Amino acid sequence: MKAAKSKSKDFLLAVEGLTVSFDGFKAVDDLSFYLDPNEIRVIIGPNGAGKTTVLDLICGKTRATSGSIRFQGRELTKMKEHQIVHSGVGRKFQTPSVFEDLTVFENLEVSYPQGHSVMGALAFKRDLAVVEEIESVARTIFLEDMLEQPASLLSHGQKQWLEIGMLLIQKPKLIMLDEPVAGMSVVERKKTAELLKVITREHTVLVIEHDMQFVGDIADRVTVMHQGKVLSEGSIEHVKSDPKVIEVYLGH
Amino acid sequence: MKDSPVVKWFASREGLYYLALALLLVVVLPVMLDAFRLNMVGKYLTYAFVAIGLVMCWGKAGILSLGQGVFFGLGGYCMAMYLKLEASTPEATAIQSTPGIPDFMDWNQITALPWFWEPFNSFAFTLIAVIGVPVLLALIIGVAMFTRRVGGVYFAIITQAIAAILTILIIGQQGYTGGINGITDLRTLMGWDIRTDEAKTALYFVTVALLFVCLFAARLIQKRKLGRILVAMNTQENRVRFSGYDVAAFKIFVFCLAAAFAGIGGALFTLSVGFMSPSFIGIVASIEMVIFCALGGRLSILGAVYGALLVNAAKSGFSESFPELWPFAMGALFIGVVLAFPNGLAGLYQTYVMPLEERLFRRKPKTDGSQKAKATAPAQTPGERGKEYDPLIDQYSPEKS
Repeated sequence: MKAAKSKSKDFLLAVEGLTVSFDGFKAVDDLSFYLDPNEIRVIIGPNGAGKTTVLDLICGKTRATSGSIRFQGRELTKMKEHQIVHSGVGRKFQTPSVFEDLTVFENLEVSYPQGHSVMGALAFKRDLAVVEEIESVARTIFLEDMLEQPASLLSHGQKQWLEIGMLLIQKPKLIMLDEPVAGMSVVERKKTAELLKVITREHTVLVIEHDMQFVGDIADRVTVMHQGKVLSEGSIEHVKSDPKVIEVYLGH
Repeated sequence: MKDSPVVKWFASREGLYYLALALLLVVVLPVMLDAFRLNMVGKYLTYAFVAIGLVMCWGKAGILSLGQGVFFGLGGYCMAMYLKLEASTPEATAIQSTPGIPDFMDWNQITALPWFWEPFNSFAFTLIAVIGVPVLLALIIGVAMFTRRVGGVYFAIITQAIAAILTILIIGQQGYTGGINGITDLRTLMGWDIRTDEAKTALYFVTVALLFVCLFAARLIQKRKLGRILVAMNTQENRVRFSGYDVAAFKIFVFCLAAAFAGIGGALFTLSVGFMSPSFIGIVASIEMVIFCALGGRLSILGAVYGALLVNAAKSGFSESFPELWPFAMGALFIGVVLAFPNGLAGLYQTYVMPLEERLFRRKPKTDGSQKAKATAPAQTPGERGKEYDPLIDQYSPEKS
């Protein structure tokens, strides 16, 4: 797989030489990695390794100091956030960011990929296709019975699922999740892992996660970050036995 | 959300709230009040336009503007300029050194009509300008602020500064604007004398009609996906942005909408009181407008209408007896609203009256709105002037959306 590096067009996402510096501190330092279509990639690393910053850079929340992010051959670093979303990148935040004042249905409807301009949103009609799509996504995220509920009444885990559902309904090609199982119960973790397996049939997924067992359950490949750089990359077994990783995680 | 026929809608609970307001404004108040008082209610209602705009902009989308007086004033000044030109015929101004221009220009040694006054000879242009000028300014401010992600308290301060700037500009450019006195002595609208009681009553009904147009426009937006995005933006701006929306465009839209409503209100204000001056558009006036909205309930467009009516009625009542105490009373009112009932009277209504109503609804499904009004009205027979709006307190009609 590494041999394919030269012809980056085969990759869904190609991050090359990505650097961002906050007042001289390089949170992400000359980072390169590549995502294949329909892969589940997990980024792990100690606190402050720059994992969330990488997602911020890809989705446009933070602007890169240098380097490139190519998604299906298109350069993302110069695009506006909503344009990046339209090109097919969806991102879930670490803390559940759902619209608490709206119902589950409305949350999903707001994310429906239609009527994104002001006038479009005014003209948007809730037709049968929309309703069916929302119901189908609600089934996937285990919330089909909660559609009428205000999102503020959902449990922490359900909010996480709802936000994943809000990504799914956008039909992105790449889904980025920042610690999706943080704060979840054991049962919820298992269901989330199932959910991710379903999602990867049609999407490429980039996940940040700390829970090593969960990582082992879902990951095709793992990228270990440390101090803004890639420390190690490969299968979970490969990464676990890498002496550099052991040193960073267990060394001191 | 089901598109039921209009009749059905009016029989629904929400429809009854609108009917109750219409009944109050079209039947009850005109019957109860003399022409002078009714004109005052009309004046209060012009502030309700601003309050509705603030509900959309501040309550829903979370953009607090402390400069709505600017847009109210621009609408009002546009109308005043037209009326002033009509009043300044060469015959009426024959004693001036330059007849045919507004009197204050003559006093300030201006000998020709300034270029930006010229278009206001046309009534059609004036009508467009009443909405267009405030919207254009809101668009410029909105593009400058929102695309740079200026928001929250910084935005509020900037709007307040703009209110101060506009006031200073108007006062300073006395020859072009009438200065601190404003544009006064307005007489006719296309030959129709607006100072008579009949004209004032007619204008009152025009105001009510336009108010309902604005209410329904705001309601339509609330009911659409657009409205839900505005609400969503308020608490989770990033989530909206990363759901593929250009947040700045939505903010600019709602800010312009509020400006348009305020402009309409301002123009009607000028017609209703017969003059326009900087004191109606400055910082204090702008903050008062926020209070109307906050007291009525910043999440409810109907609440905002009642808020504007009540605070203004209280202001008139209070100012008649204790003029110097009013600012303190209003300050206390605002603190009370913020501390005790942040969603204003509409919020109180939803918490305390709606459950009662629900019981009523179940027993007598059709007579809810009117029953309630009748039941409460005799209980509080108003004793003195300025209290005549008290019976309405229990009639607060929040938007249920």
